[in-house]
Amino acid sequence: MLRRAPRPLRPRLAARLCQPQPQPPRRTSSTSTTPGTSTSPTATHRPHPPSPPAHGHLPGAPRSALTTELHFFNSVLEGQQIPTYRVVDGNGDVVQGAEVPDVGREFARRLYETMMMLPSLDTVLYSAQRHGSISFYMTTHGEEASVVGSAAALEPTDEVLGQYRELGVLLWRGYPLSSIMAQVFSSTDDSATKGRQMPVHFGSPPHHFHTISSPLATQIPQAAGVAYALKRDPARRGSVAVCYFGEGAASEGDFHAGLGMASVLGGPCIFFCRNNGFAISTPAAEQYAGDGIAARGPGYGVYTIRVDGNDAWAVYNAVKEARRLTLENQKPVLVEAMTYRVGHHSTSDDSYAYRAKQEVEDWKRVDNPLFRLRKYLEARGWWSAEEESALRLSQRKEIMAAFQHAEARPKPPLGEMLRDVWGGEEPWMLREQREELRGLLGKYGAVWEPWRRELARFEGGGRDVMHPGAEGVGVGVEEDPDEPQ
Amino acid sequence: MPAHPPRTLFIPRPRPRLLPASSPLAPFTPRPPRPSSPPTPSRPLAHDAAEPPPPGGHLPSVATSRLLRTSRDAALRAPAITWNDEPDALRDEPGTHTARQTRKMNTYQAVRDAMAIALLKDDSALVFGEDVAFGGVFRCTMNLAEEFGRDRVFNTPLTEQGIAGFGIGLAAMGHTAIAEIQFSDYIYPAFDQLVNEAAKLRYRTGGAYNVGALTVRAPTMSVGHGGLYHSQSPEGFFLGAAGIKIVIPRSPLQAKGLLLASIRDPNPVIFLEPKILYRSAIEQVPTADFELPLGKAEVLLPGDALTLLSYGTPLYHCEAALSLLRTPPPALDALVPPSLRSAKIELIDLRTIMPWDLPTVLRSVAKTRRLVIVHEAGRSGGVGAEIASEVMNRLFLQLEAPVRRVTGWDTPVPLAFEKFYIPDAVRILDSVLETLQY
Repeated sequence: MLRRAPRPLRPRLAARLCQPQPQPPRRTSSTSTTPGTSTSPTATHRPHPPSPPAHGHLPGAPRSALTTELHFFNSVLEGQQIPTYRVVDGNGDVVQGAEVPDVGREFARRLYETMMMLPSLDTVLYSAQRHGSISFYMTTHGEEASVVGSAAALEPTDEVLGQYRELGVLLWRGYPLSSIMAQVFSSTDDSATKGRQMPVHFGSPPHHFHTISSPLATQIPQAAGVAYALKRDPARRGSVAVCYFGEGAASEGDFHAGLGMASVLGGPCIFFCRNNGFAISTPAAEQYAGDGIAARGPGYGVYTIRVDGNDAWAVYNAVKEARRLTLENQKPVLVEAMTYRVGHHSTSDDSYAYRAKQEVEDWKRVDNPLFRLRKYLEARGWWSAEEESALRLSQRKEIMAAFQHAEARPKPPLGEMLRDVWGGEEPWMLREQREELRGLLGKYGAVWEPWRRELARFEGGGRDVMHPGAEGVGVGVEEDPDEPQ
Repeated sequence: MPAHPPRTLFIPRPRPRLLPASSPLAPFTPRPPRPSSPPTPSRPLAHDAAEPPPPGGHLPSVATSRLLRTSRDAALRAPAITWNDEPDALRDEPGTHTARQTRKMNTYQAVRDAMAIALLKDDSALVFGEDVAFGGVFRCTMNLAEEFGRDRVFNTPLTEQGIAGFGIGLAAMGHTAIAEIQFSDYIYPAFDQLVNEAAKLRYRTGGAYNVGALTVRAPTMSVGHGGLYHSQSPEGFFLGAAGIKIVIPRSPLQAKGLLLASIRDPNPVIFLEPKILYRSAIEQVPTADFELPLGKAEVLLPGDALTLLSYGTPLYHCEAALSLLRTPPPALDALVPPSLRSAKIELIDLRTIMPWDLPTVLRSVAKTRRLVIVHEAGRSGGVGAEIASEVMNRLFLQLEAPVRRVTGWDTPVPLAFEKFYIPDAVRILDSVLETLQY
């Protein structure tokens, strides 16, 4: 192996820079770093510094230990992958040495019931999309333990910024099924997005769940800002920001930006990566060459853990501890939950085009987060087969009731299309464009069949735009007194 | 509107002359359109015969500009100014300005003053960006960190998308976020955060969340030697980002009043500061907390022969062009018809680029019937295109000449060629002359 002595420093500079660093070394190299051991001919002619330089001196890495070993570090190739934290095995048995969280029967049952609600909802809404009742849907199949397990470890006032596969967090926080249905159906009751965003783009300030948007990873630097706001606000002391994203999103520049910002500027923030092995069709192996997402955490100086994402208790323990750590240090923590996306990416995706159906079926059987938790509960006498079938039945009934209610509701008033763009006084262009639309509706609304049919689905049939003021919903179109005619 | 008889595309239709005989434009005899190339001047164009520009490339006209308010009284009488200094002792009787003070400031000092007031009056306000802690590369944040603490005025890692995203997160939590992008040329990494996130946040959340407390400041426009990436005017790229406001001041007083209004506006605002004016534009600025309205243009010089519309740095080129028109130097004497020299040109500062002040522009053009728009950004897809189209739509029959745009060329901003890239006084003069003679 190529070895070379470090080039000796110029004496005066060396004397100055080799003064003990304010921060003591964490770890010293096993190799001697004394220039005197060097075979370099020039070294013997130079005075030795008073103490051997143990650390680098340049401001970019002041705590770096000096070494004579020419070695390129690579955690992946050197087999130093970050281990995966696990509490319960695939059969629901507690792994030897693992610590089960100290939660009672009711909490455990609630966790399981919330996790079970996801596939029940997913099945109904997935087929609703297939039948054309809703335009789009994304399931959580396979990631129930990651999502709900982490939510259970949080406080209900922790600020959550999600990607789109985190409906389980809202369920855990008691977000009503009626709101879920209103959003996916774009009904007039959709207070989350007023029918403006695609299905599954939920949001609710009372549930401290920031409204989802489609652009991936944009929420990551935003979470750094939310965490900083929490750090500064005495009224929010004790709350943390929680940012969910997939392993694909972690390839976006915003991941780098967000972890960089959060680690440098501080604030209580948990970055929670759902590593489910796929970004649509792209397998994780084509997403990164490193040791997953977790290996990047230490690079940002962020406390990091990798956890078995199909093990609800492991996720719960990890996030609980992450929460404590981030609050204590006011520095971010990264949690990578390893799981498997059992469902298709979305209703617009057929995943069997890029992975074998058998592989997915195997995953469902071999490592099923719901099965694991059920076994765990059953082993404690906290759950039974009768309760299982009763739960499925009651959840299905509840879902169908909410579904049928939302399906029958009209879309929001048409005027909502043009509102909430700017705050404060409405700019002239929107006022004018509403007027233009009013004219068009008056001319074509009753005779142009595609519009006529569509208008009938809106609350008020578009009358809030056609007759502003009459419905008490529309904004009156006023002539601008300044505007020359 | 009366119904027009059907007509084919190529039949020339007589242009209606709606100008009354009493119009000040009456002395100008209508002429057929001139060929696009100007006549060969008898003498070489002599803008380089004047004193050469300083190496920094600052605008010679700024120092003597009459657009700047150099007296206390003039500063306190700035149109549409609203005062936020509430104590009764400071409240003036209408029409008097006995209590309020002004101070001579350049633009960076005025920007700094605005942020100091924002930080002082709003505990949730934060100023952050690259290198802002030591005072900023343009000194706009001088001593703010010392005065308000490093937790309120701080450096961020070098990541524009991170800065914008971080600001959105802060603003979504109700904190006042004043972010700096070091040059507007480097705002594009944050384009996604600004256009997809900040602009759409209120709309997509049904009004449940908003980031109205976000202001993104960035130095903009050419500086004499900025080349491709220290000269850009990116405002046009944000025109289609409904939900964002874009504001560009022309002077220290404007910068302070508009920046304070931007910081407090319930919408995310991109505030672009013409960097060449940071040191060169100096005027009296009220020391109190005051605001100037967003969405309102300002008529700087009244006129009735032509509307000259611009914002930011080129306003000073416009002023210089009007001076050339009134009293052309000997070198331009032959090129400026004497009959046009007394034409009164209305000069308008647009100030807010989005949503822009259509009523003021329409009112002016309805009066002058001629419009020349000047901006430094390239022509295609620029702000001028938007304004020209809206004006043409509404005043089609009143226009006496096509709307002209004097803009940067559709090239990147070049280093050595900047003098020929920017819409300088002579280019504006030429467009004004051509439009008056159309």
